[in-house]
Amino acid sequence: MFLSLKSLIGNTGESNTVLLRGKMQFMLLFSRQGKLRLQKWYVPLSDKEKKKITRELVQTVLARKPKMCSFLEWRDLKIVYKRYASLYFCCAIEDQDNELITLEIIHRYVELLDKYFGSVCELDIIFNFEKAYFILDEFLLGGEVQETSKKNVLKAIEQADLLQEEAETPRSVLEEIGLT
Amino acid sequence: MEKTLSALPSLLSLEPGAKLAAASRLGALVRGITELASKQKQMRECLVRLIYCEMLGYEASFGYIHAIKLAQQGSLMEKRVGYLAVSLFLNESHQLLLLLVNTVLKDLQSTNLLEVCMALTVASQLFPPEMIPAVLPLVEEKLQHSKEIIRRKAVLALHKFYLIAPNQVQHIHDKFRKALCDRDPGVMAASLHIYLLLIKENPDGYKDLTGSFVTILKQVVGGKLAVDFNYHSVPAPWLQIQLLRILRLLGKDDPVTSEQMYDVLDESLRRAEINHNITYAILFECIQTVYTVHPKADLMEKAATCNGKFILSPKNNLKYLGLKALTYVIQQDLNLVLQHQMTIIECLDHSDPIIKRVTLELLYRITNAQNVTVIVQKLLEYLRESKDEYVTISLVGKVAELAEKYAPNNEWFVQTMNAVFAVGGDMIPSDIPSNFLRLLAEGFDDEVEDKQLRLYAVNSYLALLEKDQVQYPQRFLQVMSWVLGEYSYLKTETKPEDIIEKLHCLLGKCSVSSETKAWILSAITKLFRLTLNVKVLPEVLQSYGNSMDSCLRQCSFELKQLVENREIMNTVLPLDASCDDIVVDASLSFLDGFVAEALGHGAAPYKPHHQRQEEKLSQEKVLNFEPYGLAFVTSPQASSVTGRQSPAGLSIGSEISCNSTEAGIKDSNSLKLDGVKKVWGKEGYLRKRESKVEALASLGSESETTTDTSSKTERTATVSEEEQEKQQLASSLFVGLGSNNLVSLMGKPQSSTQKVWRKSKIVEGQNGHEKAMNAQKTIVPHPPQIPNLMDNVGERCSLFQESKAMPLRKTSSDSAEVPTEQPAQGYDRSWTPSNNLKTIKAMPSASKEPFSGLFADGNFDIIQPANCRSAFEAHDQISGLAPSLPEEFAQHAHSKLELLCANENIALFSCKIWKEDCLLIPLFITNRSSVEVHNATVNFALTDELQTSESTDFPFPVVQSQTTVKCHLCLQMVNPCTQVLLTGHLTYQLESSHCTQEEFTLILFLIDFIRPLKLTTEEFGHLWLSLSNDVKQNLSFAPNAPEALSSALHTLQKELKLHIVDIIGTEGIIACQLLPSTPCLLHCRFHGGILSVWLRSPCSVLPDCMLYECQKVMQNVQL
Repeated sequence: MFLSLKSLIGNTGESNTVLLRGKMQFMLLFSRQGKLRLQKWYVPLSDKEKKKITRELVQTVLARKPKMCSFLEWRDLKIVYKRYASLYFCCAIEDQDNELITLEIIHRYVELLDKYFGSVCELDIIFNFEKAYFILDEFLLGGEVQETSKKNVLKAIEQADLLQEEAETPRSVLEEIGLT
Repeated sequence: MEKTLSALPSLLSLEPGAKLAAASRLGALVRGITELASKQKQMRECLVRLIYCEMLGYEASFGYIHAIKLAQQGSLMEKRVGYLAVSLFLNESHQLLLLLVNTVLKDLQSTNLLEVCMALTVASQLFPPEMIPAVLPLVEEKLQHSKEIIRRKAVLALHKFYLIAPNQVQHIHDKFRKALCDRDPGVMAASLHIYLLLIKENPDGYKDLTGSFVTILKQVVGGKLAVDFNYHSVPAPWLQIQLLRILRLLGKDDPVTSEQMYDVLDESLRRAEINHNITYAILFECIQTVYTVHPKADLMEKAATCNGKFILSPKNNLKYLGLKALTYVIQQDLNLVLQHQMTIIECLDHSDPIIKRVTLELLYRITNAQNVTVIVQKLLEYLRESKDEYVTISLVGKVAELAEKYAPNNEWFVQTMNAVFAVGGDMIPSDIPSNFLRLLAEGFDDEVEDKQLRLYAVNSYLALLEKDQVQYPQRFLQVMSWVLGEYSYLKTETKPEDIIEKLHCLLGKCSVSSETKAWILSAITKLFRLTLNVKVLPEVLQSYGNSMDSCLRQCSFELKQLVENREIMNTVLPLDASCDDIVVDASLSFLDGFVAEALGHGAAPYKPHHQRQEEKLSQEKVLNFEPYGLAFVTSPQASSVTGRQSPAGLSIGSEISCNSTEAGIKDSNSLKLDGVKKVWGKEGYLRKRESKVEALASLGSESETTTDTSSKTERTATVSEEEQEKQQLASSLFVGLGSNNLVSLMGKPQSSTQKVWRKSKIVEGQNGHEKAMNAQKTIVPHPPQIPNLMDNVGERCSLFQESKAMPLRKTSSDSAEVPTEQPAQGYDRSWTPSNNLKTIKAMPSASKEPFSGLFADGNFDIIQPANCRSAFEAHDQISGLAPSLPEEFAQHAHSKLELLCANENIALFSCKIWKEDCLLIPLFITNRSSVEVHNATVNFALTDELQTSESTDFPFPVVQSQTTVKCHLCLQMVNPCTQVLLTGHLTYQLESSHCTQEEFTLILFLIDFIRPLKLTTEEFGHLWLSLSNDVKQNLSFAPNAPEALSSALHTLQKELKLHIVDIIGTEGIIACQLLPSTPCLLHCRFHGGILSVWLRSPCSVLPDCMLYECQKVMQNVQL
């Protein structure tokens, strides 16, 4: 069951001897026009493969009709996707994984974005996409759910953000804040 | 250059037309980055833009180094962006990652929480495996940190380390337990990720934790967790799911452990009432767990009801999951399918292809002999619509499998396979056509029926070729041409010339690949034995005699020679003999004269491909040290002059697709049985073919079971026509699934109706083997490529007479002299099973050989498979029959003989013998019953890590009552790993009853394969410099005495069988090698109570593994 991505990671050197376990493989956010807005890869792939996968998936998902299943089979992976307003959130998992919980992971991520930005829209993500990444990293780490409590995730992000506002202050002061 | 993020949109709005502008902007960015290298704040923004550019698809690798720099030098905010950019840009194997290690190390030691957080976050996403020892102590330390977020991230970083280098983290299992008991639920949840991995690998090691997991789940389900963790008022769903998965692994096949979890599973099923996706997600896991653990009736009933909710739901997502759960569940309970048969029928025509697909998967699993026609028809329909390559490959395999297993009659079988070949096109995996051809060639016991089948196939292919404009896939054409070449003689009413003419037409088509042309040419060659009319011959010879393709050219030369000489034709290509044994002179001895002549003229001796490769590689390195060059031992075809192999039992085959001959020889050497095992399922043993299945077309005549099961649906008084159709389909699909004739999963044959399409090879013992082996080979028209040496031979017609002995299937005079000298050479050179079948008389008691001191801690474990529970209870009674180790083995270091598995009829003993060049696993099979045991076969399944130069199958045609036979397996380890399971099974027949199968498992450790490597200090030095993979680690070592080093080294030497090369002052050098010939060098330095060990080896994994072994030894010493 762990072989599924083997076919994809042909040329990534020695690291492909590592067995892949039932975790998320990658997450993509793209707009209705097919523009990529966020990408996070939890398996080592070459740039060329990433581009190929993205292109194929965006096409496939955009072609789906609204009432259809949120899941689809793609190569030997399962794709779970959901559309929120003009953005598609799309995750790849392995065949044995639970599709529904992945759908809820997407939803929780959207909730987090929503809470952070205050009714999030596509533009928020375009202009602050590094923030969107920070939130994602706080929620999912290495393809596994790290923290499920909404409060804790946002607390961690806000703590780090505090520093940005005082970015110009000297470093020693920053360290004081970090220590608290 | 704009300095704020607000400038981004302009960069984003790049239209494809404005490509030039984009390129120039990128250029500006490149310049900006180099200029701004010192100004970190601006650098941060540049990097953010760079991330965006890369997402848009532009090449951004020029900025990678700046991301690393920023992470290293920036202040907190810059660092954050730097780390983010690194984690997005690089992957684990990227070289720049090494530059990050120091930064991570520094930040882990920082007093600032945020810096520590960032370092841990990046480490749990990507980290170079070889540098893990550097940060490991720091990360471990963080497990005790006062902040939960740090502890949580540290656990996840360890999770990552475990994934990429499990050996490095093995010593901190206790700390995982501490994390599991952490007072913070977040940390505990994170530790479950690690436990899921650990338990997946070794469920038995963690049974003691079942209670804890159950308690945690109980508390979570009971809502004892903080409200924070609720998700849509469901308490911590992710945690619940993770726990359910762990419990599933723990409870599988274990009634005692399962008993502990029934309550909480029941509770989970009950609690999940709210109609929300998240509860369904939990329910889905619950259902799977209930059906995986040891079954409990009322729980399963509840789970089934829940699953019903899924399937009947109008939401497609839930329907899909319900069907998916059903595919898991039917392994336990086939009746569930019957409950939902009408829904399944509806889903078959669902508008969403994925629901269709999962329904078909379900159908595939419920196929039996009665519903196979309908199900295969549905599968083929889907296949024709689907364009996806992955779907096609997997479905085509399934259809072929079902057709071979359950085909009701010849016509249907051939038609179905034709459809498979046509639909599968060239994506079809190569084993499908070869299995099909083997089936045709080997046939069944019934001569008449075989002929019918072959004739039917010939007829159908002739009909297909009749259609001119249709293009068939290459594989299909190959199958056609082989069948036509081999079996056209059965069709007496068609003249062979006509068939030749047809094939010749095919040859002319440009859509036909040259590989296929070779198949067709050989078919034509075979057809010429049926006719004397050689009208088309000149034309064929003209077009292919000068072909650029050497394979085609060779085929046409053969054709010419054979047609000219009918006598040879008849010996070389006898009718209907594709299954007969062939002996080929694999050593090509008839070429010796030619080779000698060439050598005499000053030609360089031939070197096989891999040898040339190795030489090339070693030239690239600075130094070449080859004292351990055992690598050639396994290559029998080394050089035709020096390393002459006897052809005993060795005949040349080649893969169905034009592989090189070298590969072909390898195949025939090692009896490729792995593929075979898969195909020749258990059903094959039974050989029941009493009655043929009635044509299933008449749906009206439903069997009793069908009426029984579908009665529910028939209750509706008035049914529309459409409904009726569906019901008919249902009755044909679900026939034979009723509870009173329950078919186990994958349709184990109903003996009365099942016609067995595959027969066993193993059942016939050694003969079966050979036959199978040859059949596999002879499907191939010719080994399409000539070995290097013969390339120029083929062109000279004068030598051609000799060379054809090689490519052609024959037992003719050319090689006759060789087989006669086989036996003498064969015995000492290659190990043949029959040679080792010395039957030893049972010894009165197990010999108590002095147990080798090196392995006194008895690392010879035995895993007891579930099905031989009684083995140990029976141990006392059998010990009277236990064999003793023969002298030839006993002289080596060895472990005690242990019982592997036993029942009332047969007992299996084994031990480990640490020979110098291999790990020898002898196997003693004792027949404890009062009758003879027939056709006993021991088969070892080797994992990738292990290799043997010999066969892994040991057949014993007869084992006398109350006697012991033995065989042995020489193992070497190719891919180092700390431990590996050697599994195998023994099949045998008592009197004439069915085959029985016993499985057994042995744990082999790395140190079983480690041998001392005798080197001088000087040699050590040279070798040390030439090796590149190294690992360094400090081992704490308490006694600070002057002799501490030498005592430590001697402990290592004793425990791990190393060779101490030299000890100079506080430093020591040790050498060992992993069988077959991978050296591993250790350099130890003792300083202030710390023993720092530095390992080097040409293999990247070996130092890690050895380090782990050393750690273990040193820990034991301290205890």
